[in-house]
Amino acid sequence: MTTASPQTIADGRERDRLILQQAWAPAAGPLRWFKEVNAQVIGRRYIITALIFFVLGGIEALLIRIQLARPENRFLNPDLYDQIFTLHGSTMMFLFAVPVMQGLGLYFVPLLLGARNVALPRLSAFSYYLYLCGGLFLYIGLLSNTGPDAGWFAYTPLSGPQFSSGIRLDFWTQMIICTNISALAVAVVIIVTALKQKPPGMSLNRMPVFVWAMTIQSFMVLFAMPVVISAATMLFLDRSVGTNIFNSAEGGDPLLWQHLFWFFGHPDVYIVFIPPMGMAAEIISTFCGRPVVGYQAIVLAEISTGFLSFGLWVHHMFATGLPQLGTALFTAASMMIAIPTGMQIFCFIATFWTGRPRLDVPLLWISGFIATFIIGGFTGVMLASVPFDVQLHDTFFVVGHLHYVLIGATVFTVMGALYYWFPKISGRMLNSTLGVWSFWLSFIGFNLTFLPMHLLGLRGMPRRIYTYQPGLGWSNLNLLITVGAFILATGFFLTLLNMIKARANGKEAGMNPWKAKSLEWKTASPPPSYTFLDVPVLPSGGPSEDEEPEGVVRGFDASRRELLMTKVVDASPDYRHIVPGPSIWPFLLGLTSALTFAGIAFDVRWAAIGAVLCIIMLIGWFWPNGKSLTARTTWTTE
Amino acid sequence: MNCLLAFSLFAAVLPSTINQSALYPAGPQAATPYYLWNVFAWVFGILWVIVVGFMIVGLCYRGRATRISELAGEKAVATGAAFTAIILLALIVISSAIARDIATDQSQANELKVRVTGHQWWWEFQYQNGPADRFLTTANELHIPIGRPVRMEVRSGDVIHSFWVPSLSPKIDAIPDHFNEIVFQADKVGTYRGQCAEFCGLQHAHMGFLVVAETPADFQKWFNHQLDPSQDNLSAEEQQGRQVFLSSPCVVCHTVRGTSAFGGIAPDLTHLASRTTIAAALLSNTPGNLSGWITDSQRVKPGTQMPPIDIASQDMQPLLSYLDALK
Repeated sequence: MTTASPQTIADGRERDRLILQQAWAPAAGPLRWFKEVNAQVIGRRYIITALIFFVLGGIEALLIRIQLARPENRFLNPDLYDQIFTLHGSTMMFLFAVPVMQGLGLYFVPLLLGARNVALPRLSAFSYYLYLCGGLFLYIGLLSNTGPDAGWFAYTPLSGPQFSSGIRLDFWTQMIICTNISALAVAVVIIVTALKQKPPGMSLNRMPVFVWAMTIQSFMVLFAMPVVISAATMLFLDRSVGTNIFNSAEGGDPLLWQHLFWFFGHPDVYIVFIPPMGMAAEIISTFCGRPVVGYQAIVLAEISTGFLSFGLWVHHMFATGLPQLGTALFTAASMMIAIPTGMQIFCFIATFWTGRPRLDVPLLWISGFIATFIIGGFTGVMLASVPFDVQLHDTFFVVGHLHYVLIGATVFTVMGALYYWFPKISGRMLNSTLGVWSFWLSFIGFNLTFLPMHLLGLRGMPRRIYTYQPGLGWSNLNLLITVGAFILATGFFLTLLNMIKARANGKEAGMNPWKAKSLEWKTASPPPSYTFLDVPVLPSGGPSEDEEPEGVVRGFDASRRELLMTKVVDASPDYRHIVPGPSIWPFLLGLTSALTFAGIAFDVRWAAIGAVLCIIMLIGWFWPNGKSLTARTTWTTE
Repeated sequence: MNCLLAFSLFAAVLPSTINQSALYPAGPQAATPYYLWNVFAWVFGILWVIVVGFMIVGLCYRGRATRISELAGEKAVATGAAFTAIILLALIVISSAIARDIATDQSQANELKVRVTGHQWWWEFQYQNGPADRFLTTANELHIPIGRPVRMEVRSGDVIHSFWVPSLSPKIDAIPDHFNEIVFQADKVGTYRGQCAEFCGLQHAHMGFLVVAETPADFQKWFNHQLDPSQDNLSAEEQQGRQVFLSSPCVVCHTVRGTSAFGGIAPDLTHLASRTTIAAALLSNTPGNLSGWITDSQRVKPGTQMPPIDIASQDMQPLLSYLDALK
C-alpha cells in the first residue's frame, strides 16, 4: 500500500463526489418534476402537500366553528355543514396526519440510516401521485357539490344507497381507497428500508427511535389500511351493484361496517401517534444532550402499543348494544394501552432530569405535547369505561378528547419536528422568536378551544350537529370555543409564515445547527441527491445515536445507483442493490390508477378499462432495461 | 312570513327548567356516570399536576450540575409504570363492577315498557303495557311516572339514531333490525330534554324530545286521556278546520284517531295540542309556530321529510283552531 499525499486524497474525494453526483443526478428534461424518484424529493413533496391539506382542513374547522358560534346560526346550511365536517375529518386523517408522517419517514428514515435512497424509490414516487390525485379529486368533488356528507366514519345505512343517493359517497369511497393504497405503498417502502438498509454496526437493537417508530407504524398501516380499503369497496358495491352487505332488510348488517371501520380506525389513531413519539425521542435526545432514558422500554412500549391498538376498536361501539362480557374485555384493553404510552412519557421526563435540557423551540413544542397529550390520554381512559362512555359517547366530550390526542400529540410534535428538521430540509433556520409566539398562541388557543368542549359534552351537547337551540347552556361556551379556534389557527399560521419567510431569507443552517449526534446531521443541509459521500460504519455496542461513525464502507461502483443492503438483525453487509433512476412510469401509473378509481365512482365499467390501462403502464414500468438489480462483491470497511 | 318565522325560532326558547345535562342527574342511571366523572376528574386532575410538575422541574434543571443519574431515571420510569398499572387495574375493577350493576338483562315486574323508534328526524313512542289494544302511540314527548323503571325497546325506522336523555338515561343506539334495550328511572318530577346522539343526516341537530316525569297519579291521568280518540265536540270553526285537515295532504302521513286520517309515517297528532313542542322539540307549540311549520317546513328544518303544505289563507285560521282543539 502506497502512502497518498493529502492533496491526492482531497482530489480523490472530489472525484468520488463528482461520480456520485452524476450517478444520482436529479431527473432532467421538461418532465423532470414527474420523473423524480429521490426519497428526499418525494418526502418533501409529501410534507408540503400534507401541510396544504392541513391548511384546508383547518379552514373547514374554522367554518364549522363560525357556524357553531351562535345558536341557530344560518352561516352554513345543513347540507354544506355535513360536507364540510365530513371533509374536515377525512382531510385531517387521510390527507394530513398519515401522509405527513409518511413524508417525514420517507425523508428522514434513509438519512437516519446513512442510506442513499429508499429501497423502492419508484414505489414511493407512485404512492405520492396516487395520494395527490386522491386528495385533489376529493376537493374537486366538494367544489362541484359532490362532497361526501355522511361523516368521515360514513356509518351505514346512512351512507348506503337507500339514504344517500347521488355519487357523493361513491366518489368518497373511491378516493379513500386511492389514498389508503398510497399509504400502503409507503409502508412497504419504509419497512424494507428500515430493515435492510441499516449501516453496518447499527444492529436492530440500536436503530434510532424514530426509525423504530416508522417501522412499527408501517407494519400497522400494512394491517389496518387493507381493512378500510375492503370496507370502502364493500360499501361501494352495496351502492353500485346492490350487494346488500350492510343492508339489514336483505340479510346484511349495518353494524358490520362499524366493526370494519373501527378495526381500521382505531389503529389509525396510533398510526399517527407512534411516529410523533419517535420524533419526540429524537428531539429530546438532541436538546437534552444525551440519548433518551430507557431506549429499550420506549421501543418495546411502541411495539406493544402497535399490537394492543388492534384490540380496542369496540370502545367506539359501546352504545350499539353489544354483549357486556365483550365490552368488558375492550374496556380492559383500552385502559391497558395507557401503560406503554405512559412509560414513554415517563422516559421522556426522565431524560429531562438526567440531561441538560435546552428549551429551544422544538423542545418547547414537545413539552406542550406532553402537557396536553396527557389530558387526552386521561379522557381516553375515562371513555374506556363503559358506564361512563355510554353517557359521553358522541358528545363534544369526545370531540375534546380526540383533539387533545390528535393535536396535542400529533400536530404539536409535527410542529416541533418541523422546527427541528426544517434546517436540514431547506438549509435555513426558522426564526425562533416567531416560533415561540407561534407555540404560545397555539397552546393557549388550543386549550381555549378544546378544554371547554369537555364541559359542553357533560352539559349534553351531541357531536356532528349543525346547530343547536338557545337556552341549553351551550351558547357562551361555543362562542368561547370559536374565539379559541381562531387563536389556535393564528398560532399555526405563524409557523407557516415562518417557513415561507425562512425559505426566502432565513439564516444559513449549516450541517448541524443543533449539535445533534444522529446521522442525518452528518451531511450537508439540504443533503445532496446522493445524501452521504460515504456509507458510514458505526461502532457496535452502545446507543447508535450517541456515537461518531468509526469508518466507511468501500467497494461500491459509484457510477451506478447502488444501495448497501445489510442483514435485518445484525446489520452486517449483505449485498448491493441497484435502484432505478428517474422514471416517468410511477407518475403515469399513479395518474392512471387515480383516474380509474375516480371513473369507477361514475360507472363501474371503468374498472375494466382502467385495468387494461394500468397493465400497459405496468409493462412500461417493468420493461427490461439491461440493468441487473443486485450485485454481490467483496466488502471492505475502513 | 319568513321574518316572523325567524323571530319565532329565536323566541322558541324552551322553559329554563329544562335539563339536558349529565351534570344534573335525576335518576340512578345518570347518577352512576356522574359519580364516575367525579372520581375520574379528581384522580386524573391530581395525576396531571404531578406528571406536568415533574416535567417542568426537569426542564428547569437546565444548566445545573444536580442532574440525576441514568439509573435513577430508569427507576423513576419503572415506578411510574407500576403506579400506572395499579391505578388502571383499580379503575377497570370499579368500571366493570358498575357496568354489571346497571346491566339491563334482569327485568322487574313493575316496569313501564315503551318502544321508541327513531325516525329521520323525530321520535315515536309506543307504550306497551297491558293488552295490545291499550298500546298508546305518541311522538316526541315521553311521559313517565317517577320512581318506576322504564324499559325502552329501541328501534330504528331508517338509519342509526341514538336514544339519549343526559340527566336520566345513558345512550343506546337505534339500529335497523337490531333490538336494543335500556332501562332508566326518574326520581324527581320535571321535564328533561333528550336528543339524538348518532349522526343521522341533515336534521340530526333538530331531533330532540322531552321526557316529562310526573307523579304516578298525574301520569295515569295523562295516559288515560291520551288513549281517548280525538274529541268530537267541536265549534263551527274547528269543524271547518277539521274539513281543511282531512282534505289536505296531511292525512297521507299523519294519524288523528277518531277521524279518517290514519297515515302511519309521521307523528300521531291525536293529542297534538297537549304537547309542549312541535317539530321534534324544536319549536314551542304555539299557533304562530304551527302555521310557520305547516307552510314553510323546509325553512324551519331544511331537509325535513315534511313537505311544505299549501293552505289557502282563509283556511289557515280554522285549521289552527282545529289543531289546537286536539287536546
